[in-house]
Amino acid sequence: MNAHASNYNFAYLDEQTKRMIRRAILKAIAVPGYQVPFASREMPMPYGWGTGGVQVTASILGPDDVLKVIDQGADDTTNAVSIRKFFQKVAGVETTTSTEDATIIQTRHRIPEAPLQEGQVLVYQVPIPEPLRFLEPRETETRKMHALEEYGLMHVKLYEDIAKNGHIATTYAYPVKVEGRYVMDPSPTPKFDNPKMHMSPALQLFGAGREKRIYAVPPHTEVISLDFEDHPFEVQRFDKPCALCGAEQVYLDEVVLDDRGGRMFVCSDTHHCESRQAAGHRGEMSGEALS
Amino acid sequence: MLNEATALEGGFSNPVLNAQSVFRAVMDAMAKPATIVEVDAVVTPPSRLDRAAGAVACALIDTDTPFWLDATLAESTALRAWLTFHTGAREMATCGDVAFALVGAPQTMPPLERFAQGTQEYPNRSATLILQVPSLESGAPLTFEGPGIRDRVVLAPRGLPQDFAAQWKANRKRFPRGVDLILTTGDAIACLPRSARLVEMEG
Ligand SMILES: [Zn+2]
Repeated sequence: MNAHASNYNFAYLDEQTKRMIRRAILKAIAVPGYQVPFASREMPMPYGWGTGGVQVTASILGPDDVLKVIDQGADDTTNAVSIRKFFQKVAGVETTTSTEDATIIQTRHRIPEAPLQEGQVLVYQVPIPEPLRFLEPRETETRKMHALEEYGLMHVKLYEDIAKNGHIATTYAYPVKVEGRYVMDPSPTPKFDNPKMHMSPALQLFGAGREKRIYAVPPHTEVISLDFEDHPFEVQRFDKPCALCGAEQVYLDEVVLDDRGGRMFVCSDTHHCESRQAAGHRGEMSGEALS
Repeated sequence: MLNEATALEGGFSNPVLNAQSVFRAVMDAMAKPATIVEVDAVVTPPSRLDRAAGAVACALIDTDTPFWLDATLAESTALRAWLTFHTGAREMATCGDVAFALVGAPQTMPPLERFAQGTQEYPNRSATLILQVPSLESGAPLTFEGPGIRDRVVLAPRGLPQDFAAQWKANRKRFPRGVDLILTTGDAIACLPRSARLVEMEG
């Protein structure tokens, strides 16, 4: 165990708060996809910076853990760096950018490309946990809909998409059904990542700070994206492989290269891309200086 | 006779890190149901309670979560004093609406349906039962499937109620309502969240 500043509670939260969050996590695991209310605490960072995920991580984290934090797939964005530094300071934990070496991965927007393993925990920062919110603003009503398994409206909304666009237009926060029971919001991950949630060997925990909800998907659990027989669920496809590492079947971000319209598409998962380049994989823009 | 000194001793030696490590064992066990997980059992409760059961109680129970003891455990004044001191929680006389129950003799415990089941809208408002059993390996094998379980898993706890299989099926039928179980013996635990389905085996 590394030394850490002793004027903090270990992992910042006081013990009673951690116990409350831990009990909520256990209930969330026992009822996969159900949103457990919890008494969210003020954290030393603004909402929108993942206070829900931070509270979940703070409640499960121990001195033997190795923490990875990603934002949009990258380990080096301001948000990811500041959360990583926060836990180094208040818990003295080891951090990493390697998906394979991490025991806990806190994420906003992406699930790593490298397959997760048994024993790993993926903690999602969730802004809006309620998948039915845009259909029904009243919490009392959405709670009733989940209780009665009344998900017809959700299907109607998806079908309206098809009528309007010829396909389901939702590409982020695409709703899933967990273990045939609860409709769940996978947080603002691209629907590209939905299939990775299905039967994952890792435990997936979701924390929404402002909305005060925790939910979970245990390992080896069925997570099915909602769809229709005549319009089956499909993930986004990209025309080209990653310009830097040549990876196919990964999620790509567009990078603008200059002000004359030059651009390229590269892995959103920076660790995945760097590992592939280090292993000798090349894309069409490899070796070219980025301006 | 209540011995004050005994009540004060035998709790977590490092409350913060011990609670974290015990919780992680429980989280791990809840996420892979019916699988035996070792608890770094860092407490020494009065004799009627196993170390794992005592550690789980210390890690999860506090002033916000009243608990209930079955007759076997409630008989021990030392144990009641120990739990009250180390958790700060109130002991309740009836089992109907507590957050946690500690059961020393599961064979004769009240039916699972007597404990808080949660509501259809708030299924989390349900009881977690800590059942201390003589063994997790030498009883009649029970096969489970469901979330957290790849294919199927077998657990063979001894000392559960005679009609446990029927009770557990009824508990599963109430899903998302229902109770969650933490079975303990010695330094080990195995969890049965309400999502775990008991599989009827041929022969
Ligand atoms: Zn790449």
